[in-house]
Amino acid sequence: MEEFSSLMQGFNVALTYQNLMFMFIGILLGVLIGVLPGLGGANGVAILLPLTFTMPPTSAIIMLSCIYWGALFGGAITSILFNIPGEPWSVATTFDGHPMAKAGRAGEALTAAFTSSFVGALIAVIVITFLAPLVAKFSLQFGPPEFFAVQLLTFCSFVGLGKGHPAKTIAAMMLGFALAAVGLDTVTGTLRMTFGTTELLRGFDFLIAVIGLFGIGEILLTMEEGLAFKGVHARINPRVVWHTWKQLPKYWMTALRGTLIGCWMGITPGGATPASFMSYGIAKRFSKTGEKFGTGEMEGVVAPETAAHAAGTSALLPMLTLGIPGSPTAAVLLGGLLIWGLQPGPLLFVEQKDFVWGLIASMYLGNIVGLLIVLTTVPWWAAILRVPFSIIAPIIVVICAVGAYTVHNAMLDVALMLVFGVVGYLFKKLDYPLAPLVLALVLGDMAESSFRQSMLLSRGEVSIFWSNGLVGGICALAMLMLFWPVITKLLARLRRGDNDLDEARPVE
Amino acid sequence: MSDNGQHEDRAHRGVSAKTMEIVVALLTLALGLVVIYDSRRVGAGWAEDGPQAGYFPFYIGVILCIASVWTLWRTVFSGKAAAGVFVSHKKLRLVLSVFIPAMIYVAATWFIGIYVASAVFIGAFMYWHGRFAWTRIVPVSLSVPVSMFLLFEVWFLVPLPKGPLEALIGY
Repeated sequence: MEEFSSLMQGFNVALTYQNLMFMFIGILLGVLIGVLPGLGGANGVAILLPLTFTMPPTSAIIMLSCIYWGALFGGAITSILFNIPGEPWSVATTFDGHPMAKAGRAGEALTAAFTSSFVGALIAVIVITFLAPLVAKFSLQFGPPEFFAVQLLTFCSFVGLGKGHPAKTIAAMMLGFALAAVGLDTVTGTLRMTFGTTELLRGFDFLIAVIGLFGIGEILLTMEEGLAFKGVHARINPRVVWHTWKQLPKYWMTALRGTLIGCWMGITPGGATPASFMSYGIAKRFSKTGEKFGTGEMEGVVAPETAAHAAGTSALLPMLTLGIPGSPTAAVLLGGLLIWGLQPGPLLFVEQKDFVWGLIASMYLGNIVGLLIVLTTVPWWAAILRVPFSIIAPIIVVICAVGAYTVHNAMLDVALMLVFGVVGYLFKKLDYPLAPLVLALVLGDMAESSFRQSMLLSRGEVSIFWSNGLVGGICALAMLMLFWPVITKLLARLRRGDNDLDEARPVE
Repeated sequence: MSDNGQHEDRAHRGVSAKTMEIVVALLTLALGLVVIYDSRRVGAGWAEDGPQAGYFPFYIGVILCIASVWTLWRTVFSGKAAAGVFVSHKKLRLVLSVFIPAMIYVAATWFIGIYVASAVFIGAFMYWHGRFAWTRIVPVSLSVPVSMFLLFEVWFLVPLPKGPLEALIGY
């Protein structure tokens, strides 16, 4: 039980007054970010990242990851009370959560949502605790071709498992890679795509892109809807909580299924949003009361919430062990690690034991603290949503501008943020996925350097990517993911035996 | 068609989704071509010491172009990909009523600093969109920049863009 003693060591690191305070602040900020439109886990963490540069890395990552847990919890509040998903992954929670709230069972719906989030996250953290060291140890034998293959797998999963059309997913991804290539090429010292401007020397920072795409883009979209929040009042008291907790154990199968889907989708970067939909859909199909889903079934809240939280949490596993984030927020956290001088990847588990185990221990503590905080403070958050949008919108624009400026103390970044805001608005409306763009922007340099190193090793022969069982296996898996929609389509057609030639469309 | 229906039709008029699909796909196509062009310029081949700077981006550009053409093809030749209105004129006006002030706000930050610009921006936004009374506009629009000032300049010692007003009080 080597992991167990490491974990205890981690609790030692995480359990200081200072870190507990940062945890508390992080959760509160996170719920706030999750509740407010236009601010989410990814851009919220991006905006606050510069403020943590002076903090010790362990405290900083504890606070930032707690913001992430808080945002995951917060998304459920707006979905259930206001029928407005604060985060994309809580869309599926509105289906049954809001009808429950309208039927006067808001307290039950919220308790069920928070508790299932907590359960999903807790199981995902346990998975991380025992799987992460194994993955890290295993990936110590990875060379550049293997790393490139894992990155290929990441991006192919996006194309195959994503909701959007493959052409748009690929376009968004390549745009991210292209933006990552702008600036000084560190290997050859050549200037790429700067077109003679000195401002572009630094290249595009993904933090600016995240703040613009998710923050400003979201505000523009929300404005279009002409917002008027109409919410249901909620009161949670210990009696309601206890009453709900007594009912929850009978949905253990749904919760377990949701958690497994979530862990899978989080580790292979499908992300929390598709995981929540998938879990809801499967729960609906298997439930005895499946036909009542959508009218206020508690099981319909449990299913998406466990999956979303499990996916959000397990997205940190590939980020820590391989340096490949499973979600945009994990990507921002990865950016933070790099700025603090910590190189994510297998060596992190060897060289920065305190940091890694402190973070993992803080995941347990953060989710417990988070559950207690959200259960006790729901009325406040509901009150914040009653502040008119015409006050919230300009304040969020100001916060985004400040966040974009503090990344590099550059005014040009603030202007770029607005440009990314327009891109985010257009892409969202045309169903281009934003997550692959952000991940490609973050991973671009890493993917390029592992590709180049592989090419150097093989003197330009692409066959290096199937030169041994390991790299070949990962590449084969990547191709399987890439053509997954086509494969399932073909299988379905073979089974049905009909051969109508309609256009191949991705599965949900 | 009833009078009501016609009225509704007018409210839904705007930029068509198909047009926007084509515009965005053409933009990504153009970007892909720029990437290919620039990668060729810095060298997309093989130098004596290994791959040149444009080696990797070149393929990125190629794939970007293929994906853009794919989207164009779907939009133009299979009608079901994009139908309806992208954004109605009414909604576009709402979106611009946020975006244009935001642009002015960012531009103003260059000259008068972020604190004063933020106060004016929040105040103006509340006045035009929310029709609030001055008794509510003034406290909100002043308290946000003041708390920002305390948080960044005083506690975290992170300097933000400042203008003549801050210079007056010695910052």
